[in-house]
Amino acid sequence: MSSALSSPAWLQSLRQTARDRLESDGLPGRRDEAWKYTDVGRLEVMAYPLAERPGSPDLTAAPASGERTQLILVNGFLHSAPAQLPAGVSLTRLQDAQEVPALLGRLLPEQGKSFATMNSALFEDGLVLQIEAHTDLEHPIELISLGQADGPPVAFHPRLLLVMGKGARATLVERHAGQGQYFSNSVAELLLAEDSCLSHYVLQDEAMTAVHLALTALRQDRGSRYQAVLVQTGGRLSRHEMLPFLEGEGASFSIEGAYVARDQQHIDNTTFVVHRAPGCQSQQVFKGVLAEASRGVFQGSVLVERTAQKTNAHQLSKALLLSDRAEMDAKPELEIYADDVKCGHGATIGDIDENALFYLRARGIDDKTARQLLINAFVAEVVESIADDSVRAAFLAALAQHLSHLEATA
Amino acid sequence: MLEIKNLQATIDGKEILKGIDLVIPDGEVHAIMGPNGSGKSTLSYVLAGRDGYQVTGGSAHYRGQDLLALNTEERARLGVFLAFQYPVEIPGVTGINFLKTAVNAVRRSRGESELDAMQFLKLARKKAKELGVGEEMLRRAVNTGFSGGEKKRYEALQMALLEPSLLILDETDSGLDIDALKVVSEGVVALRSPKRAMLVITHYQRILDYIIPDRVHVLAGGKIVQSGSKELAQELERTGYAQFTGQAA
Repeated sequence: MSSALSSPAWLQSLRQTARDRLESDGLPGRRDEAWKYTDVGRLEVMAYPLAERPGSPDLTAAPASGERTQLILVNGFLHSAPAQLPAGVSLTRLQDAQEVPALLGRLLPEQGKSFATMNSALFEDGLVLQIEAHTDLEHPIELISLGQADGPPVAFHPRLLLVMGKGARATLVERHAGQGQYFSNSVAELLLAEDSCLSHYVLQDEAMTAVHLALTALRQDRGSRYQAVLVQTGGRLSRHEMLPFLEGEGASFSIEGAYVARDQQHIDNTTFVVHRAPGCQSQQVFKGVLAEASRGVFQGSVLVERTAQKTNAHQLSKALLLSDRAEMDAKPELEIYADDVKCGHGATIGDIDENALFYLRARGIDDKTARQLLINAFVAEVVESIADDSVRAAFLAALAQHLSHLEATA
Repeated sequence: MLEIKNLQATIDGKEILKGIDLVIPDGEVHAIMGPNGSGKSTLSYVLAGRDGYQVTGGSAHYRGQDLLALNTEERARLGVFLAFQYPVEIPGVTGINFLKTAVNAVRRSRGESELDAMQFLKLARKKAKELGVGEEMLRRAVNTGFSGGEKKRYEALQMALLEPSLLILDETDSGLDIDALKVVSEGVVALRSPKRAMLVITHYQRILDYIIPDRVHVLAGGKIVQSGSKELAQELERTGYAQFTGQAA
C-alpha cells in the first residue's frame, strides 16, 4: 500500500494494466490445458490477504552468506542487501526506477489467464539486478525469498529482473523457504545478452504448508549460455515454470531438475522452450521421487520455429514411484516447423531397479540401506552439476533431509 | 565347507535345478562346467539368494548354517560372495561410497570396528593398485560406463576388500580378453587359502588354466552328471558337451 503511493507513473500504469487484465481474464484453472494436472483455481490460497512488511523477521532459515552476495526478501519485501555490491553489479528496486527497465514484462504471456499478471498487479519490492558487460563474477549472487506467516495466512509476489550484459558471467542462487501458511507467486525475468553465461541454481524448500508458484522467463541472445539446476522439495503444492526464448544463434539452454515429494505433496515442473534462432541447443532432465500419496507433474514443450534450423533439443523425465498411491503425470511435447533438427524426448516412470538392489545386497548392504543409496543417487546426480561447492552441499543437504523423511515413513 | 544336497529350484514354475549334490571343503576350488541353459547361473543365484528363484527341495548349508534360510545380505556377511557375470551399473552411487558401505556392513557383522573415510580410502587405493583398477574408477559411479574388463576387475576389487570365505564366480571369463582374464584370475588366486572355498562356474576351460581347480563337475539338465579331477576340464574342451546334453534329454 505504502509503496504504491510513491511509485513512479510507469509502474502505476503497469500495475493498473495488470489489474484490469486480472479482472477481465481471471486466473488459469483445470480447464486450461497448461494447468490440467495442477489445479490451483479452487485453492483457498487465492483469497489469502497480501502480506504486510514484517516488523522483525525470523532469519534462521537464511543460510550464512559466506562469500556470496546475499539479498533477502521477506514476504516479498526487500529485507537486506549488502551495502557494497561487487564491481559491475547494480541493484535497484522497481519503485525507485524513474523509467521502465528495458523489456520488463515483455517475456511474459501478453494475454490470457496468467499468474504472472497477478504478480505484476501485486508485487511489492521488485528487484532489478544489472550485471555490466564483460563482468565475471567470482562468487554467486544469492536471492533468498522467505515466507513468514506466524499468524493468519498471507500471499506475496516476489519479482526479479536480471539483466546480463554482453559477455558477462555470473551465478545466481535462488532459495525459497519459510514457515506457516502462505502463497508465494514469484516471477523472474532473465535477459542474457550476447555471449553471456548464467548458472542458475534454484532450491524450492518452502514450508510444507505453503503453496509455491514460480515462473522464470528468459531471453537468450546469440551465443549465450544458461545452465540451471532446480531442486523442489517443499510446499504442499508447487509449480516451477520455465519459459526460455532462444532468440540468438548458437544459444544454449539447459535445466536439470530434481524433486522429492511425500504425503499429499504436489510438485509440478513445466518448461516451454521456444527455439527461434538457428544452431541453438536445449536440454531438460527432470528426476523425481514420489512417496506415499504424492503427485508429480512434468510438462515439457519444445517449439522449434521455421527459422530455427540445426536445433538440438532434448527432454527427459524420470520418476521413481515408491508407493501405489503416488501418481506421476508426464507430458513431453515437440512442435517442430524447421526441417533440419535433432529433437528427442522420453519419460519413464518406475520402481527401484531390482538388479541394482540385488547387487548391493549381495555385497552385504541391508535392504533398507541399499534402497536409500539408490533413491539418493537417483536425485543427487542432478545436484552434482552445481559447480559451487558450498551451494552444492546446501542443495544436497536439503535433498537428504527430505529423503530421510521418506525412509522414516517407508 | 559348502554342502549342497539334492537342491531343486524353479523359475516361474519351470524346473531348472533337478537335484544338485555338491560338497566343497574349505581350501578347495571346484569348477562347474556345462552347456548354456544347464542351470549354472541359476545355481549361483540360488546360493546368493536372489528373488524370483523358488527352492522346491533339498538343502544348502555353509559352515553349518542353513543358507536358504538367510536373506541375500546375511549370506554376504556370512562370507558368501557372488562375482557377477554381468555386474550391474548403478548411476549416481560412487564407488567409494558403495565399497565403504559394503565393507563396513560386513565388518560390523563380524564384530570388527568400522573403517573411517581415511582408513577406508587408504585400503581401497592399495587394493585397487594391486588389481590395476584406476583411482578415477573409485570416484566414478559403480560400474557405470565401465568396459567389460573394468567391470570384472571391479568385481575382483570387491572380493579383495570384502575378504569372503566362499567365492562363487559366475562366468567371470565371459567378455574378457586374455590380459584382463589374467589380471582378474591372479586376483582370485591371490585369495586362495586353506580357509577359503571357491566355486568357479564356467562354460570354457580357459579360466581354469589360471585358477586351477581341485575338482571339476559337469552340470547338464539341472544335475551334476560327472565329476573328476582338473583333467576333466581339458577333456571337455576336446569333446564338447554334446554327450551330456544327449544324456540329460
